[in-house]
Amino acid sequence: MKILVALKQVPDTETKIKLSADGRSIDPTDVKWITSPYDEYALEEALRLKESKGAEVTVVSLGGDSVKDVLRNALALGADHAVLLKSDASDPLAIASALAAFAKDKGFDLIMAGNKGIGGDNASVGPMIAELLGIAQANVVVKLEIGEGTFRAEREIEGGTEMVEGSLPAVITAQKGLNEPRYASLKGIMGAKKKTIEELDGAAPAGVTSVLNMVMPPARPEGRKLMGDAAQQAADLFSALKDEAKIF
Amino acid sequence: MILVFCELKDGKLRKPSAEALSEGRRLADASGSKVGALFVGASTAGAADATKYGADVILTCEAAHLASYSSDAFATAIADAVKSKSATVLLGGATAMGKDALPRVAARLGAGYSGDVTGLSMVEGKLQALRPVYAGKAFATTSFSSEVQVATTRPNVFEAVEKPGAGVMESLPAPAGDFKAIVKEILAKGTGKPDLTEANVIVSGGRGMKNGENFAILEELADALGGVVGASRAAVDAGWGLSHGMQVGQTGKVVSPTLYIACGISGAIQHLAGMSGSKYIVAINKDPEAPIFKLASYGIVGDLFEVVPELTKAAKALGIGAHH
Repeated sequence: MKILVALKQVPDTETKIKLSADGRSIDPTDVKWITSPYDEYALEEALRLKESKGAEVTVVSLGGDSVKDVLRNALALGADHAVLLKSDASDPLAIASALAAFAKDKGFDLIMAGNKGIGGDNASVGPMIAELLGIAQANVVVKLEIGEGTFRAEREIEGGTEMVEGSLPAVITAQKGLNEPRYASLKGIMGAKKKTIEELDGAAPAGVTSVLNMVMPPARPEGRKLMGDAAQQAADLFSALKDEAKIF
Repeated sequence: MILVFCELKDGKLRKPSAEALSEGRRLADASGSKVGALFVGASTAGAADATKYGADVILTCEAAHLASYSSDAFATAIADAVKSKSATVLLGGATAMGKDALPRVAARLGAGYSGDVTGLSMVEGKLQALRPVYAGKAFATTSFSSEVQVATTRPNVFEAVEKPGAGVMESLPAPAGDFKAIVKEILAKGTGKPDLTEANVIVSGGRGMKNGENFAILEELADALGGVVGASRAAVDAGWGLSHGMQVGQTGKVVSPTLYIACGISGAIQHLAGMSGSKYIVAINKDPEAPIFKLASYGIVGDLFEVVPELTKAAKALGIGAHH
C-alpha cells in the first residue's frame, strides 16, 4: 500500500497573532512554527497502517525552505520519503491543485491530511484533492479501517458520527480522537538527518481567492466582576443576563 | 442566481440552512438577483419551508439512491444545479455535510471557496467574505476572481429572517447511483441536544473541574439553561473520559453561542480563540488573574463547586430553560 500524507506548517496554537504591515497577513516574527496538529493525526494513522499492514509513507508539504522542518520531523517519526513542493500559493484550490498534480498517477491508495490546517481554517484542501483526482473522500475522521481496496471511516457529524464506506483510492482527513501521535525517538531523529528531502516545483495554478485585508477581532466590551457570596453572585448574574444582556 | 444548498432534518429545514438562505436573500436583494434553494435526497418533503426564508425557486433533486449522503453524488447534484441555473454564488451552512460537499463542488467548478464565513457582501457583482482565521485570532476579508463563488456560513452567526419568496417548485434530474463513498450508518449519540457549534448556551469546564465525574454539575446547569456542555483542551487531554467532540478551541470546535459559561478554565490562547465569538461570556474561576476574565462580560471569582450549583438553583427558580 502507498500512502501520501500532506502536511502544513502553521503557527503554534499558543501563538499570539500579530498583523504584518501589509495588512493582509500575519507577522511571522516571534512565531513558533509547528506541524498542524490535525496533520499529526493523519501522519500517525499512516505510520500505524505501515506497521500493521505494510505501507510506504510519503509526506509532502507546500511552501518554502522553512517547511523542511515539518518534513524532517515526519521522517524522524517514520515516514519513508519526503517531498517539498516549492510554491507560494495560498488559495485552497491552488494548493489542492498542486498536491493533486503531484499525487496523480503515482499509485497512492490513501491520501491523508488534517481535516483543516490551523490558519486559513477553510477545511477545503482535502475534499478538493479528492475531487480533482476523481476519488472518494471521508473528512473529519475519528476511526479508520482499511480493507481490500475499501475503507470504512467513522466521521464526526452534528451530535454524533456517521460511518462512510467507500473504495480506495481515497482522501481521508483526520480529526482529533483518531489516534494519539507518537514522539520521535532519538534514533529516528538521527536517521532523518541522513535522509534527503526531494524538492520539486509546486506549479500551482493562479489562485481564485485572495485575502484583501486582515484585521484583529473587535475588542470585547468591558466586563465586570460580580461580588458577594455564591448565592448573591448567582442572583446578580441572572438579573444581569435578563436586564442587560436580555438573554432570558 | 444565488443558489443555496439546503438540508432537511425530519422533514424540516435545518436552522443553518435557513440562516444561509436568509443571507442569500439579503445578497440577492442588494444585487438584483434571484435566490434558488436546492434540496438533494430521497425525499425532499418539507422543501417548501424555503419559501419562508426568501427562496424564489425551490429546486429538488430527488432519487431513492440519494437517501444516504454520498460526497461524490451530492457534489454532482449540486454542481449540475449550479450549471443548469447559471448560478454565480453558491452558499450552504457550514455543517458537517456542507463542509464536506461544497469544497468538492468548488473544485469541480474551478470556483473559489471560503469556509465558515461570518459576513458576506456583494462588491461590484462579486462576493466578498469575512471570515475568522487562526480560529478567530484574526479576521480576513476574502475576494473571489472565479466566475462561480462558493461559501459556507457559520451556524449561529447569520439571522434566519422570515421574508417570503415566490417559492416556485422545480425538479432537477438526479445523478447516477455509482458512488465512490456513501454513508452506511448514522451513529448518533441520541441526546437530542444541539451540537456545540449550533448551541445557544454552552457551559464549559476546564482543568478546574478536577475530574470527569464533576462535569455532572455542568450537565445540570446546561440542562436548566437549555444548553450543552463543552470542555477545554486541558480537560479533554487529562484522561477524564471526556469525548474529543466536546473540545472548544483552536484544535477543537470554534463556537459562537449567545451565552458561554466558562467554569474552571484559565483561558489559554488556543481556547480563547475558539470561544471569543460568543455574545456573552461568563467566567467562573478561583484565580482573579486568570486570562479568561479579560474576555468575560461577567466575571465570578470564586469556587465553581459552590457557584455552579447556585447558578443551577437560580436558573431552575426562574424557569429559564423552559423558554428554549
